[in-house]
Amino acid sequence: MTLLRRVFRLSPKYCLTLLLATASFAAAQPNELSDWSTLEHQARGQTVYFNAWGGEPRVNSYINWAAEQLKQRYDINLQHVKVADTAEAVAKIVAQRQAGNDTNGSVDLLWINGENFAALKQNDLLFGPWAEQQPNFALVNADRYPEMREDFTVATDGFESPWTRSQLIFYYDSQWLDEPPRTVQEILLWAINNPGQFTYPRPPAFLGTTFLKQALLELSNYDAALYAPVSDSAFERVTESLWEYLDALHPNLLRSGRYFPASAADLRRLMGDGETSLALAFNPNEALLSVRSGELPASVRSYVLQGGTIGNVSFLAIPYNAQHKAAAMLTSNFLLSVEAQAKASDPDSMGSTTVIAVEDLTLNDRSRFSDSVNDPAALSAKELGHKLQEPHPSWTSSLERAWILRYSAR
Amino acid sequence: MLRWASYIFIMLLAAPILLGTLLASLPAFGYFPPLDSYRFSLDAWRQLIEVPGITQSVLISLLCGVLTPLIALTLVFLYLASASGSRLDNWIRRLISPLLSFPHAAAAFGLAFLIAPSGLLSRALSPGLSGWERPPDLLIVNDTWGLSLMLGLVVKEVPFLLLMSLAALPQLQPVPRIAVARSLGYRPTIAWLKVIAPSLYPLVRLPVFAVIVFASATVDVALILGPTLPPTLSVRVLAWFNDPNMGLRFLAAAGALAQLATSLLAVTIWLALERICRLLWRLYLAAGDRNTGERVAYILGRTAMPAVLLIISGSLLALLMNAFAGPWRYPSILPSTWTLQHWANSYQDLLTPLFNTLTVSICSTLIALMLVIATLESEGQPAKRNLTPVWILYLPLLIPQVVFLFGIIVLTEFGRWQASMSLVVFGHLLFVIPYVFLSLSAAYRQLDPRWSQVAATLGASQSKTFWRVRVPLLLAPCLTAVAIGMAISISLYLPTQLLGAGRITTITSEAVALTSGASRNLISVWAIVQLGLPMLGFVAALSIPRLVWRNRIGMQEIR
Repeated sequence: MTLLRRVFRLSPKYCLTLLLATASFAAAQPNELSDWSTLEHQARGQTVYFNAWGGEPRVNSYINWAAEQLKQRYDINLQHVKVADTAEAVAKIVAQRQAGNDTNGSVDLLWINGENFAALKQNDLLFGPWAEQQPNFALVNADRYPEMREDFTVATDGFESPWTRSQLIFYYDSQWLDEPPRTVQEILLWAINNPGQFTYPRPPAFLGTTFLKQALLELSNYDAALYAPVSDSAFERVTESLWEYLDALHPNLLRSGRYFPASAADLRRLMGDGETSLALAFNPNEALLSVRSGELPASVRSYVLQGGTIGNVSFLAIPYNAQHKAAAMLTSNFLLSVEAQAKASDPDSMGSTTVIAVEDLTLNDRSRFSDSVNDPAALSAKELGHKLQEPHPSWTSSLERAWILRYSAR
Repeated sequence: MLRWASYIFIMLLAAPILLGTLLASLPAFGYFPPLDSYRFSLDAWRQLIEVPGITQSVLISLLCGVLTPLIALTLVFLYLASASGSRLDNWIRRLISPLLSFPHAAAAFGLAFLIAPSGLLSRALSPGLSGWERPPDLLIVNDTWGLSLMLGLVVKEVPFLLLMSLAALPQLQPVPRIAVARSLGYRPTIAWLKVIAPSLYPLVRLPVFAVIVFASATVDVALILGPTLPPTLSVRVLAWFNDPNMGLRFLAAAGALAQLATSLLAVTIWLALERICRLLWRLYLAAGDRNTGERVAYILGRTAMPAVLLIISGSLLALLMNAFAGPWRYPSILPSTWTLQHWANSYQDLLTPLFNTLTVSICSTLIALMLVIATLESEGQPAKRNLTPVWILYLPLLIPQVVFLFGIIVLTEFGRWQASMSLVVFGHLLFVIPYVFLSLSAAYRQLDPRWSQVAATLGASQSKTFWRVRVPLLLAPCLTAVAIGMAISISLYLPTQLLGAGRITTITSEAVALTSGASRNLISVWAIVQLGLPMLGFVAALSIPRLVWRNRIGMQEIR
């Protein structure tokens, strides 16, 4: 919100400069996006500063792999700028616009969704539309999967290109827990009977915020207000049951709620050490991957809640002032290719869920997306069940602020 | 030219720190041109007071600042009182330099892996002694009141204060003094406490103040071991400073000034404690008691130092085991398999930070070495000694880093300068210079002036004397100073983090960033690299002179 306010406060002079800059850029742009070979020629030798959350070693090593491929194929240098929170990269772009830097931005490509995308798009800080002109965009079959064009209820309008799918899942150690709780309410009852065996990352770590949203959806009975921009009165009304719930839950969490882990990886470590019996993740393959790598014991199983869990798509976007747009688009198109997506979904690599409509592929290509249903720690597409839509992005920051205010100093 | 060296030297150290402190306070009162804010206001302070849990954050920082030096100094003095001249003492004196080069962050990680509910210690006790099949649900690391943070700091500060005390002791001539006291019937430990301690304390007072300030304002150790709900003041200041919302800069500036006030308050409390102790000591001395408490002091002193050593070696062991451990379920004391996988996984990520670490540490140390030698040369031999006031050297250690570094950042933002390698090198220089100076000046001043005089009588010019006589004679102390300077630079977190703006990453900044996101195994790999680099430096500093002077028996003695 503060970000929006600050952007709105910009003087008309800045806005004009921006308009002019965009106009002159459009005029100076020699290539049509459809002309992909010119793009390849332009991109040669460029360095793409890819600002992507760096909190998951598996993702980082996948990006390393992609960098090697891009170097070989297009002579593009992909530089992973690890950010702790995508909001940092958004702040950089805003600061650059304030400083009048409209052509030499330090961010070329962003891993983004939700409130960060909404903020950038609303303030015209993104380059595009370009995403749907990519040769590989057809692979996602956006007509069948409308979520490829919608990000937390906000239309993407070709300003970002789908990269990976996520869904909130829960996992438990069957050594300590026979039958896991299947609803948010059941989690509370179970925690009261088994204190100290569950916890969630502290917001604004996104997994923690997602847990809040998941709980809020169920506790508010999927209130329609969650899918519209937040207002003070709606926030107070809808979240009342959430705070009641958390007040009851926290004393029964690990360390009696006096400590919250910092990230999904932290949470995984706690279960690996046998401290907790129940945990959550935003990658449906989390448990499978961690069992394979030895971080979690083989007795770990995954599941989703009865009413379904929050799922979303995350995207790649290019800031309006990016220096290396051609190479950034080429990188995005490569990351959307069958080969890159198959590698990403490989449990021995990043292990994410692909955005490609696999059923449309040739039999040969389809076989590259390994089916991990046989593994007891994995979830099949069917088991993943009903996906809940993300609430409107404005809820995210309000929830985070309120949580910090209530629980960060006890 | 040389005459100006010491003035340049003083300016270079004092100006950025004093100016930085001053500049940091501007945004706290509403003046911050990058955000078009020019009007005086107290909004930032109002905002600071309303931050949830701010009182607790300040209180923990304060407690840390007073208790850490109190415990560390007590342990060091009790140790010296009970063990001076013993075999234990010889052994510990040899270990102290490597201990000192153990970076704070690596030590903190090791300690966390040692004492956590699922750590090495708990595994050693389980399930046999404790009966724990699963880790106990105890808040040990990141505890609310910062006890593990204080433990981590004590373990790191004890070697520092011990080294400072050992350096000051010879001028007090402890052996004959103790002999006199003993002839009057005082037990040895009591004799040391009554005769040596009161005159040693004033000599280590500045280092103690440095410990107070460091403990009350540390960021990297607090990020790893400190409380999280709420964190210490310094950690919060850094978080506000790094917040994507630039509007929080005002709050961060107010927080930085509050940090300065907190550290000063800790020093003030310490000064009050000093007075009380002086009074008590006077009574204690006048009472003439010759042996009461000897036993307790003796046992405490003799066990404390090995205990500290044990904790450090335990931490090191925890790091080493985790860096090579395959799957490792609780409560097994050993991993089920050993693997090199974690090294293979991180080697690619290590390259850039490693390159940056070496570049920054080598550049800053060499610049520092040149400046320090120029200053020492300009002081002349031996006419004008101690031209550089010692407190200037301690300045970067006596003002919380987060305060003046913040001011330097404000300066770069006024000028719209980009974060760059040279800025980071400059930041490191402020911390490297004092240590290089302290380590080199003693050797420099002990150098027999007659060597130069002999050279002069043989007709050698001043510069020839310098290059052909003094530099070779001082090779070993210079290399030691370089090793110390590099060790300091390698271990620095905040200057890299703030001045490099996240774009210039070193082993230390990356390792601390891994705290929240990575597995223990990965963190251990980084921590081992972090502590291995300074070790290599010390090995080189010891072996190069031996190699260079292998056929010069006389030079080997000088070392």
